[in-house]
Amino acid sequence: MDKIVIEDFSIEYSDGTESLRHINLHIPANQLTVLFGPAGGGKSTLLRSINRLNDLADVKSTKGQILFDGINILDKKVDVINLRRKVGMVFARPVVLPFSIRRNLTYGFELAGVRDAVLIEESVERSLVQSALWDEVKDRLDEPAISLSGGQQQRLCLARSLIQQPEVILLDEPTSGLDPISTLKVENSLQDLKQDYTIVLVPHSVQQAARTADTAAFFLQGELIEVGIGAELFTNPTESRTQRYIEGRYG
Amino acid sequence: MDTPFIPGPQQRKAQAIFSQAIEILITAVVKAMGYSAIVFVIMIFYFLMSEGIAAVGEVPLSVLFSARWYPIEGYYGILPLIGGSLLVTVGATLFAVPIGLATAIYISEIAPRWMREVLKPIIEILAGLPSVVLGFIGIIALAPQLRVLLDLPTGLTALAGSILLGLIAIPTIVSVAEDALDSVPRSYRDAALAIGATRWQTIMRVTLPAARSGVLTGVMLGVGRAIGETMTVMMVTGNAPVMVRSLSAILMPTRTMTATIAAEMGEVAKGSVHYHVLFLIGVILFLISLIVNIIASAMVFRVKKRAERILS
Repeated sequence: MDKIVIEDFSIEYSDGTESLRHINLHIPANQLTVLFGPAGGGKSTLLRSINRLNDLADVKSTKGQILFDGINILDKKVDVINLRRKVGMVFARPVVLPFSIRRNLTYGFELAGVRDAVLIEESVERSLVQSALWDEVKDRLDEPAISLSGGQQQRLCLARSLIQQPEVILLDEPTSGLDPISTLKVENSLQDLKQDYTIVLVPHSVQQAARTADTAAFFLQGELIEVGIGAELFTNPTESRTQRYIEGRYG
Repeated sequence: MDTPFIPGPQQRKAQAIFSQAIEILITAVVKAMGYSAIVFVIMIFYFLMSEGIAAVGEVPLSVLFSARWYPIEGYYGILPLIGGSLLVTVGATLFAVPIGLATAIYISEIAPRWMREVLKPIIEILAGLPSVVLGFIGIIALAPQLRVLLDLPTGLTALAGSILLGLIAIPTIVSVAEDALDSVPRSYRDAALAIGATRWQTIMRVTLPAARSGVLTGVMLGVGRAIGETMTVMMVTGNAPVMVRSLSAILMPTRTMTATIAAEMGEVAKGSVHYHVLFLIGVILFLISLIVNIIASAMVFRVKKRAERILS
């Protein structure tokens, strides 16, 4: 079952950078889909289009469709705020807000006007367990979030995107600033999260792409070169450009 | 081959001494310039004090702090002037801060890029407008309108002064606050939007608090400009040193400390009591702006310290 279907999607920034051309991509539900390739290929742009975060950027034109459960989210009538609650996002650098650990998590509820204390309390624990952070912070939820280590902060951001029970999680190089152990923890929790969520990951290295991908899509200079099942694409790519990138000849 | 490509030991030593001397000289010059700012402030204060302090001896305090300013007959009550300054400044602040902040937020957060490129230079031009011109506009355009609109005996009131001073403060507030908002990292906005905040919630709860210290600095600088402004208020406030006793004073003529000094300094006999009192008003003005600045930097400092505490 495909959660997100991208049909002939093109986007162009007004300064001409990182545009995407005629992208066709099926993102299956309950799988981890990896978008990889050299910098400037448009991976982040595609990611930010799925939750319409590009609305505020200087976009010159968009064409095509992005279907989320069959609904075109590029449609002007789509409720963007609601969409973003269904599509969580984690960024390359952990952005913790200057509050306590707990309030960082519950802030989304606060903004949405949810006041059910029991629901909130349960959600805090669930999201922290899911992001493999619960054991480390359960006794100090009221401490400032900024006191956490970088890896913990990134898992807190993951928890924050999970707390409102989105259907899709977008991750833009979530482990680029983390040490190998924290990276492993994040990757492991992503594997567990697949059961309940659809995950789209832009990895920060080919190795991470190969380790984590169920489906992999290779982007080069705004074009989607090749899509395939992760294990196959990384061992036996059909395109020579993909092959050479995976072998580390460029990028 | 008189000058070898690689300097000999003698030459290297000379070069080292020379560059060291330059280093010391430049450090000394920069240091002197840094200190000169402090020296100038102290000298200005000393000059004001040396002329103004005499007034305290010449005029009894009960007269000085009375409600009547009529120097020709020996009434040197400065309270109406302080009141006038405060009234006009508070009015200007109430007028300028909401408009200034809203403009800054619009330019930095909402306006499309081409709009931003049009608005910013215009605001900066507004900042460079001579205050005499504003005062002129006030007399010709604003005051008659106010008189008709509010059915007053004269339009030259504290309100007119407040509005024009507000116009003077707005560009400062806008450009400093806009810079502060602009320097908030984009990642903050992204993070807020990604967890489902509306644009308004993002601005009010994330961007604005993150830029707080810069925004506050902008407001304080704007208010500081308003307090010290002379020409405009002298032209449009009607210049009647009336005691401020109620809120309705905003609709009556008033006179500020700055306008008093500017209007009377030219005609006063040097060394007279009146002359000394005018300097005393200068001292008070100086102290007020000092206090405003200290409060501003203390607020900025406190905010910064709190942020550092959280970050450490």
